[in-house]
Amino acid sequence: MRPIFIIVDSQSVVITPQPFPVNPGQLILQGTALSCIRQDRVLFEQLNVSVQAGELVQIAGKNGAGKSSLLRILAGLAQPDDGQLGYQQHSLSDVAAEYAANLCYIGHQSGIHEQLTALENISFWRAASEVDQADDFALLAKLGLAGLEDIPCRMLSAGQQRRVSLARLWFTRRQLWILDEPFTALDQSAINMLQQHFVEHLQQGGAIVITTHQALSVSFPHQTTLELAYRW
Amino acid sequence: MVVLVSFIQRELRLLARQKADWLNPLLFFVIVLSLFPLGVGPEANLLRIMAPGIVWIAALLSVLLAAERLFKDDYRNGVIEQLVAARQPLLSFVLAKLLTNWLSTGLPLVLLSPVVALLLNIETAGFVAMLLTLLLGTPLLSLLSVMGAALTVSADKGGILLALLILPLYIPLLIFASAAMEAAAMNMPYHGQLAIMLAMLLFAMALIPMAVISALKLNVS
Repeated sequence: MRPIFIIVDSQSVVITPQPFPVNPGQLILQGTALSCIRQDRVLFEQLNVSVQAGELVQIAGKNGAGKSSLLRILAGLAQPDDGQLGYQQHSLSDVAAEYAANLCYIGHQSGIHEQLTALENISFWRAASEVDQADDFALLAKLGLAGLEDIPCRMLSAGQQRRVSLARLWFTRRQLWILDEPFTALDQSAINMLQQHFVEHLQQGGAIVITTHQALSVSFPHQTTLELAYRW
Repeated sequence: MVVLVSFIQRELRLLARQKADWLNPLLFFVIVLSLFPLGVGPEANLLRIMAPGIVWIAALLSVLLAAERLFKDDYRNGVIEQLVAARQPLLSFVLAKLLTNWLSTGLPLVLLSPVVALLLNIETAGFVAMLLTLLLGTPLLSLLSVMGAALTVSADKGGILLALLILPLYIPLLIFASAAMEAAAMNMPYHGQLAIMLAMLLFAMALIPMAVISALKLNVS
């Protein structure tokens, strides 16, 4: 049991997450011979991908290579045109509910409502993740959004909105994170902080799949890069 | 339960910030009603005969108008997609939407009904019947329009599609609600019509939330 998020502050509540089973190296997600066809164009075929506990899988590739399509398939939002997906030794379709309950997916869109403030957006996701209330002010301060808690998100910059969107990674208890371009619009300090947070999650036995164009500045203990080639 | 309360708070906050979303349909309702005396003439008896149909058609259209944007923002900014992917409490999300949709469109119609009765020269017996049919009928209108909104959320020009899809489903409600009001105007019992409306409401309450969840899932995958 390790608290995800501690603030040295007598007011704050420490969340004790229900830990997910930690077996380093345990196979979490496995895709075999995946194919994806969009508008008569084969994005990828016969693609094998596996994600283990403690591993960060980076999916790289040019624009239009199929990175987001692959992520949507891995997140269970789209079906591969061919191939199988497995979750912890079971076929994904048999354990879809368990899989989804262990997943935190942040896609291309931010998942935040522009009319709501940063604080309200975070408390929405906290309620949706069924995590107890905690000191959201401290979390926002940690994310560099101190003083902007009560401003509707449409008034924030793109990078600040992205920070609000990623805030849920600091309280989610899900093991597998699937993040589409998490570094977009973030400044260097935020990118570093996020990568540091990735390291902590991986050390606890979590697993992360991300797409990004950027080279990662932190060296992760167990990192795999999957390069998708652009195909005609 | 905590989740549901928190989602309802969110929807209420959004309603407080996007007043046009629910005020415009209400104004639309009032304006449509006030057009009838101008169009068909201010003859009291004529208006009284037409009142049940007018009230209910205006109510149908205004609820429909309010439903269109219901899921649009949350679809566009990815909230629905991320709720579906990560198996988060979609039922609470849908119930919160349903409840706040009724609070912002159905309930104001019920509250406006005395004004409507004045405008259309409806007498006391007819007014009571109108109040009861609106109380039973507007939740059903909300349920049906939320279902339509969920089905058409990813369509570009969803508004007209929503109307074509949902208006036929309003027909049974329209028939029984205006029949109840007509019966009341003639001082006849109308329990039967109310019972059928209640039955339709209960049936819809049991099934439509599930249909909405499936429709949302379908639209993000």
